[in-house]
Amino acid sequence: MTPETAYTRPRDLAEALAVRAAQPSWMVLAGGTDLMVSAIHKRVPAGILDLWRLPGVGAITEGAGGGLVIGAGATWLEIGRDARVAKAWSPLALAAREIGALQIQARGTLGGNIGTSSPVGDSLPALLALDAEIEVASVRGRRRVPYAAWCTGYRTTALAADELIVAAHLPPLAAGTHLAWRKVGTRRAQSISKVMGAAAMRVECGVVTDARIALGAVADRPIRIAAVEQAVRGLARAAAAEAARAAMRGAIRPIDDVRSSASYRDLVAENLVARFFSGMI
Amino acid sequence: MKIELEVNGQPRTAEVSPWARLLDVLREDLRLTGTKEGCGEGECGACSVLLDGEVVNACIVAAGQCHGRRVVTVEGLARGEVLHAVQRALVACGGAQCGICTPGIAVCAAHVIDRKLLAGKPVAEARAAVRELLAGNICRCTGYQLIVDAVLVAVDEVGDS
Ligand SMILES: Cc1cc2nc3c(=O)[nH]c(=O)nc-3n(C[C@H](O)[C@H](O)[C@H](O)COP(=O)(O)OP(=O)(O)OC[C@H]3O[C@@H](n4cnc5c(N)ncnc54)[C@H](O)[C@@H]3O)c2cc1C
Ligand code: FES
Ligand code: FES
Repeated sequence: MTPETAYTRPRDLAEALAVRAAQPSWMVLAGGTDLMVSAIHKRVPAGILDLWRLPGVGAITEGAGGGLVIGAGATWLEIGRDARVAKAWSPLALAAREIGALQIQARGTLGGNIGTSSPVGDSLPALLALDAEIEVASVRGRRRVPYAAWCTGYRTTALAADELIVAAHLPPLAAGTHLAWRKVGTRRAQSISKVMGAAAMRVECGVVTDARIALGAVADRPIRIAAVEQAVRGLARAAAAEAARAAMRGAIRPIDDVRSSASYRDLVAENLVARFFSGMI
Repeated sequence: MKIELEVNGQPRTAEVSPWARLLDVLREDLRLTGTKEGCGEGECGACSVLLDGEVVNACIVAAGQCHGRRVVTVEGLARGEVLHAVQRALVACGGAQCGICTPGIAVCAAHVIDRKLLAGKPVAEARAAVRELLAGNICRCTGYQLIVDAVLVAVDEVGDS
């Protein structure tokens, strides 16, 4: 008989970190909407470190200097309904409302999306465009990693074996920053993205002075499109849309799979980015 | 491990692996077979139940995580012999055919009605809103029209949502 899976539901973060350090091979389980899919066909974990509703890591709180801190345990329902996220960091609110359907939004967490860091993780381009930092903790201490340095490849991250994700820090955005987010899937609700993206565009006196453009499902990981960000600087919005379209050509090498061909994704991504600047999204 | 949880208002216990699915705990250990399995992947909603007041897919919830929690299954929607308004409407409107999706639809729709998730939606948008709220419940038979009709009938009956 195989030994039974161990199970721990820590009372607080300190206890969770101690278990994590002592049992690095245990499964770190939050809402389970990634980990529990087809569970009966999966290898039984040696142990489960249950983070669901762990006190202290689920709240959405105001951070230093007008930023926002979203606890790793916050669910998509909670993030999608938060007035502050909707007002000032809208791409994340819009992503939250289009992740799965009600059942998935009730269980799926931000920390889980960041932990999996799949190329189709819908919150991830939003985190990139919003310049988010991921805060992780271990018994050794805490550190922050910009999302751009977090995802290191196809579903691989900078998380160490003794660390847990604690929060995402969203800095305040400069005045005049326009935000956009768009997901293209097979249908409006509960579909895996074919292409999705987020944009933070600073426009001063009608001219784009700074832009962060991030796309998902077009590479092995969510990425910023530096070629577009450089091409649009100093241009009026309409001109920026055309420059963005031109800069997109050859800037990405989308995946080719059962959901869509690479050339379809190429075209959709190009239109998406151009429309961020023309204001059509 | 031994888990203690409240199911449909009753305290229950089960001796299960913490990695077992809530779906199997309900169906196999507690013999509540109203909750169905469609996909086992979180996609279809046939296994929808309420967990601490939110609608979730029981096929992707680990049993260990349910210790000390509150679960409502389709068996818990009726009050004695009186069906929930949405169950009556599903019967009246012909919103069920083969019936595999129906328990999940009933649980999700009852949640939408009881939590007044349609509150404030103009009548013209209510139909689209119901479709979106039930997007996680797949039905291969009805074409959804009669299900959406039933939810709207139940909303009318219950009032102000
Ligand atoms: C039907 C269905 C539809 C879906 N639709 C979408 C969609 O539209 N868009 C989308 O982006 N995703 C979607 N998903 C995927 C999933 O719901 C999300 O990725 C969700 O955010 C995962 O969160 P979770 O808490 O359930 O993660 P879990 O499954 O609990 O964990 C996921 C990973 O993150 C790790 N992890 C979780 N929390 C922490 C932490 N605090 N510290 C360290 N590691 C941690 C886990 O160890 C694991 O590796 C869907 C899934 C299903 C089943
Ligand atoms: S059986 Fe659980 S969602 Fe399909
Ligand atoms: S009635 Fe058959 S799947 Fe819905």
